[in-house]
Amino acid sequence: MNTTSLRRAIVPGVAAIALAASLAACGSSDDDTASGGSTSASSGGSSSNLSGSLAGGGSSAQEKAQEIWRAGFGANNSGAKITYESVGSGTGRDNFISGSYKYAGSDSAMEADEIASAKKTCGSDPVEFPVFISPIDVIYNLKGVDSLKLDAATTAKIFNGSITTWNDPAITKLNPGVKLPSSKIQPVHRSDSSGTTDNFTDYLHQASSGAWKDEHNSDWPLQGGAAAKGTDGIVSSVKAGAGTISYADDSGVQGQGVGIADIKVGDKFVTPSADGAAAGLAASKVASGTPATVLQYEINRTTTDPSTYPIFMASYEIACSSYSDSGTGALVKGFLSYIISEEGQAAAAKNAFSAPLPSDIAAKEQAIVDKIS
Amino acid sequence: MTTPTLDPPAPAGARRFGLGDRVFSSLAQLAGLTILIALAAVFVFLAIRGIPGFSADKSIYGPGSTNFWAYAGKALFGTCLSAVIAMIIAVPFSLGLALFISHYAPRRLAVPVAYVIDLLAAVPSVVFGLWGARTLAPALVPTQDWLNAHLGWIPLFGGTPYSAGRTIFVAAVVLAIMIIPITTAICREVFAQTPRLQEEAALALGATRWEMVRYAVFPHSRSGVVAGIMLGLGRAMGETMAVAMILSAGDPIVTFHLLTSENPQTIASNIAQKFYGDNIDIQSVLLATGLVLFVFTFLVNFAARGLVARSERRLS
Repeated sequence: MNTTSLRRAIVPGVAAIALAASLAACGSSDDDTASGGSTSASSGGSSSNLSGSLAGGGSSAQEKAQEIWRAGFGANNSGAKITYESVGSGTGRDNFISGSYKYAGSDSAMEADEIASAKKTCGSDPVEFPVFISPIDVIYNLKGVDSLKLDAATTAKIFNGSITTWNDPAITKLNPGVKLPSSKIQPVHRSDSSGTTDNFTDYLHQASSGAWKDEHNSDWPLQGGAAAKGTDGIVSSVKAGAGTISYADDSGVQGQGVGIADIKVGDKFVTPSADGAAAGLAASKVASGTPATVLQYEINRTTTDPSTYPIFMASYEIACSSYSDSGTGALVKGFLSYIISEEGQAAAAKNAFSAPLPSDIAAKEQAIVDKIS
Repeated sequence: MTTPTLDPPAPAGARRFGLGDRVFSSLAQLAGLTILIALAAVFVFLAIRGIPGFSADKSIYGPGSTNFWAYAGKALFGTCLSAVIAMIIAVPFSLGLALFISHYAPRRLAVPVAYVIDLLAAVPSVVFGLWGARTLAPALVPTQDWLNAHLGWIPLFGGTPYSAGRTIFVAAVVLAIMIIPITTAICREVFAQTPRLQEEAALALGATRWEMVRYAVFPHSRSGVVAGIMLGLGRAMGETMAVAMILSAGDPIVTFHLLTSENPQTIASNIAQKFYGDNIDIQSVLLATGLVLFVFTFLVNFAARGLVARSERRLS
């Protein structure tokens, strides 16, 4: 009886080890053919069959989209093993510069010194461009109020605590005909470090004509006030509370039953939308003084064109323009081409609720990707 | 009388150095050593990565603090406050539960109750966090409003209660639920170890059941109970995910209001929230606060053990 039970334990164990060993052998042989034999990938990456492994990581805002892009790219390139760790934008850039990531996602563009360090690691100019545009909504929960209109200065004053009640003249003036209660406003901010906070505070700083003093910051720059972790924590706090107001990625807000404020742009009030955010990026200036392979935007939050929505996040992808291993270069080229392709952007728009890149920006980015080797 | 067959100690002595014993003893030593090495490695890691954090640029410590000790001190205050409230709630519950299981409940009831409480310890903290933030916090809003309305003259319950309910009070309640299984399990075991003879002697002298527990069970299990409470306290101070998800707290602050929207941040939850951000300079500061927490829990444990040892000496 003892021997049978022993045998029962051993046989599947041995089988599992054998299986694992053979799988590992398959895996390594795949890799061998990969790095040497991958063919050049032009745009789209849909027909080519690239393989090899690629490690990247960074922005957690991109996590969902990266998952979708990996799946979409993997459908046509079954030998490609791409990983993305959502370790935060700062750590992503740091790991890219130290060489442990072959590509990185970042909610904010690289600074000049980071570009210089990345150049050293790559041995060539780094590549950087926005791939993930996401509108950020100002959300609120106020009983009996279904629509709310705000401008930048009023929003800034609500969040810095100088407007404390809902029927403050500054708010009632923007919302004629809406019956606003005299109850207290409870602003809620992100307690964790996030690109959403960074872009929201950038909007307040740029557009509020001095009402918001602090520069953009991924950590909430003011002391005190209510806070919650993550988009999910923000939305559920706003929902559970009374008279609450906050800001959150559009993808986490849709269908949650919280109010979404219209934001004043020019003389009109604009409802947050993917198209508005994409138009906002198109209306922004390209930063100068960077290498030709780096496409950074100085997002213009003060636009007066009502077809744009000024509160949005543009998250970047970072890579090298040439890799010492041609297989890796081809794989990065193929993967980035897929990300900015219409197909990749549409998949992210559908499942991660991002705004598809405007076609002229995508074309500019494709021209950069074509230079990757 | 002097037949050689009556001489077993010699082979037994030889057996003491048998292969099995030597292997087992070295394995046991290795296990003991591994713990020490792991602890030392954690300390060294925190110290090396954290040292730049002690003297980082003023701006890195956020809007509320200008130097490391102010920043870490505020976060440590939050850690202690939440842990102390959690202990105030959890310890009486744990002692009662443990006594119920070991001395009061009929066996038929005691076994399943003990089992369910052990199961509670297996619930992941993310689940406690989700439950606390989504269900318990809104559910406790009326309780918190009531406390504020009737006991608001006590500073602890003062201020404006937070309408979403995610206060340090709720975080402490969830922490208490998380530490009850640990503390209960240990207290239960030590209560059950009370010598049967002493219990029966107490009863024979005419003690009621409660007097028997007071004079026979409690003195006997004092150090075990303190150990259980210390383990619970350790978990309460180190708990990260549940607190991070529940607590409405950003930059560390010091406040004694338990029911408002502005709550003190805890060290562990502060690390979890700020570590993976855009700003990597803050990572060394956060690791340094981790070192502070590490040293602080050590000191608390030492102090508790010292206290127990002293009271035990006095008793004997």
